[in-house]
Amino acid sequence: MKMNKLKINKTAKSNFITYGIVIAAFIIVQILVSAGQVSSLMKGLLVPLCTYAILAVSLNLVVGILGELSLGHAGFMCVGAFSSAFFSKCMVEVIPVAGVRFFLALLVGAAVAALFGILIGIPVLRLKGDYLAIVTLAFGEIIKNLINAFFIGKDSNGFHFSMKDAMSLNMEADGQVIVNGPQGITGTPNDSTFFIGILLLLLTLFIVLNLIHSRDGRAIMSIRDNRIAAESVGINITKYKMMAFTISAALAGVAGVLYAHNLATLSAQPKNFGYNMSIMILVYVVLGGIGRIRGSMIAAVILTLLPEMLRFLSDYRMLIYAVVLIVMMLFNWSPKALEWRERYSPKRLLKKKQEAKEGE
Amino acid sequence: MKKFKQAAAFIMAASMVVASLAGCGDKSAETSAETTAETAGESGSTSAAGGVFKIGGIGPTTGGAAVYGQAVKNAMELAAEEINAAGGINGAQVEIQFEDDEHDPEKAVNAYNSLKDWGMQMLVGTVTSGPCTAVVEKTFEDNMFHLTPSGSAVESIQHENAFRVCFSDPNQGVASAQYIGEHALASKVAVIYDSSDVYSSGIYEKFATEAKNQSFEIVAAEAFTADNKTDFSVQLQKAKDGGAELVFLPIYYTEASLILQQAKTMGFAPKFFGCDGLDGILAVEGFDTALAEGVMLLTPFAADAEDEMTKKFVGTFTEKYGDIPNQFAADAYDAMYTVKAAVEKAGLTPDMSVSDLCEGMKTAMTEVTVEGLTGTITWTADGEPSKDPKAVVITDGAYKAM
Repeated sequence: MKMNKLKINKTAKSNFITYGIVIAAFIIVQILVSAGQVSSLMKGLLVPLCTYAILAVSLNLVVGILGELSLGHAGFMCVGAFSSAFFSKCMVEVIPVAGVRFFLALLVGAAVAALFGILIGIPVLRLKGDYLAIVTLAFGEIIKNLINAFFIGKDSNGFHFSMKDAMSLNMEADGQVIVNGPQGITGTPNDSTFFIGILLLLLTLFIVLNLIHSRDGRAIMSIRDNRIAAESVGINITKYKMMAFTISAALAGVAGVLYAHNLATLSAQPKNFGYNMSIMILVYVVLGGIGRIRGSMIAAVILTLLPEMLRFLSDYRMLIYAVVLIVMMLFNWSPKALEWRERYSPKRLLKKKQEAKEGE
Repeated sequence: MKKFKQAAAFIMAASMVVASLAGCGDKSAETSAETTAETAGESGSTSAAGGVFKIGGIGPTTGGAAVYGQAVKNAMELAAEEINAAGGINGAQVEIQFEDDEHDPEKAVNAYNSLKDWGMQMLVGTVTSGPCTAVVEKTFEDNMFHLTPSGSAVESIQHENAFRVCFSDPNQGVASAQYIGEHALASKVAVIYDSSDVYSSGIYEKFATEAKNQSFEIVAAEAFTADNKTDFSVQLQKAKDGGAELVFLPIYYTEASLILQQAKTMGFAPKFFGCDGLDGILAVEGFDTALAEGVMLLTPFAADAEDEMTKKFVGTFTEKYGDIPNQFAADAYDAMYTVKAAVEKAGLTPDMSVSDLCEGMKTAMTEVTVEGLTGTITWTADGEPSKDPKAVVITDGAYKAM
């Protein structure tokens, strides 16, 4: 009984540390901003940092907690970004209040991403093995190419749609091209702020952490640890897999909304929504620790800041970035490094002393 | 064991946080130190030698579009050195700083912010269209003067503080169609374009619209994307089947060189017509220049032109960087001299605020006439340049004016 209580306290404590880090980071940044100590570069990076942290946390739900490999996370982000940017662009005159419009755009982005999560999940999550990785990889690429083929315009007669080029929309003179094929959506209102980003990050953490520590979360983890055992005690494997995957997709959609409303142009390039991006998010997760929510959040922040902080190295910065990645990976996961870290960790040394004092 | 793991994880997380916080702290301390040092230095030099104009540049110096960014960067440096050697702008020296954006809008905004930290007063950039569209929103917010050497999409300069040196995509498309129509080069035209590229599809759209007013018809409009740009036999076959006498190539030279090769293999020999993106085709490594014989292109700049200015520019550029400058370099070089001309016209000094500089530049830009490498240029208030497109034809491996 006592043991149980202690354990609950421990998770609660760990959760509070996670929230605390985010809130503390927010307060510190706010103080620095008001004191004029933050460079414009850092100010510009604040919203992307939140975006990537949300992506990393949401992917960790699939990779770390559910134990499936998803290589199409950028695809869900892309879906969320485009659907919400489309919504905002259409509604910019109808709903002039930025807060309300952004909130609705957020719902649209999350809902559409979740819908795609379900669509992808239905056939694939029933399968065993690495099929999910393959299908999500394909999904990310398909989405990117599909969006590049869409041309949607709006005029007094309503919406026009084409998959050929912007001229074949046949719009009236007052027409406005909203989605312009490979050139994407330009002129999305800049509604994302750091405050909103932090709120969304906290919300993401709240959802993911609470899910993990709930009955459903334990069911999901039991699937990861031993599928057959989980099945034998009557856990509905497909349902729980679907749940984790859809929530993760919706949260990636939220990150996409944040991303889309931070830049004036949104186009589906291999760079921002291709598999490179998906793998980048996976790197955040692996580097921060698979299944460790706080770790993936911190890794996302560090790895996003690093190339910008290295700007003074000009052409060498990408080289240094790669080297740092490898070193961090070794430090985090190589057995020798783990051994060394454990031997010299201050906490352990402290514990040893205490144990020696207690005199066993 | 579990405890160890947890302990290790906690320490890892803690050390990461500490490291990141420490990193942030260091950085902000550094920048603040730098800025104070800079402001001190600036005020010192203002009293001594008329101050320094800080001009920022943004473009891809790494990644797939690095050729263009590098060319602009080099040309800007070259122009700045020349301007400084000749006594600067209004007696003030020019200092330039160039940041990499990897041809990515998000990175371009980061680069812009980092240039602002450096103390940039005017922006010459960004090199590519997509990132430029993202950055122009930010310069408009800050009311910073923005002159892009080569951002050709319409939206790239949609605000009043932004101007450009190159032709816009629609202009090139319309000019090409008119040129082909007026000179009766062909009656059946095929187009091969890159639908994933803003530049290429922008030109194509306007070309197709204008073509309706001209005496020729488009028999085939075939697209390719950045993912499959090595085999063009399908597109060429369709052009051939359509009986095209002329193939319009609003694309960059790398793909065009492949198209020329493959057309030759197929035994398909129409006329080829391109825009400024084709500039540089003669310098492609391993490319038989005989294939480009008779190719026509609309370009504002030809590296082997005979006038004094081009010769001097190409000479110093080649000596310094070991490359023959392309059209991007010429645009950037002109951009620097445009800034010089406009600043002198408006009588601006480096100690003015960014916003005041921008206001002065906005009026001055519409009043100046720049005799540049890419022609004699004047600007309208919407930021569009007006200069004559020059058509050249490749004969005996060199450009010849048409």
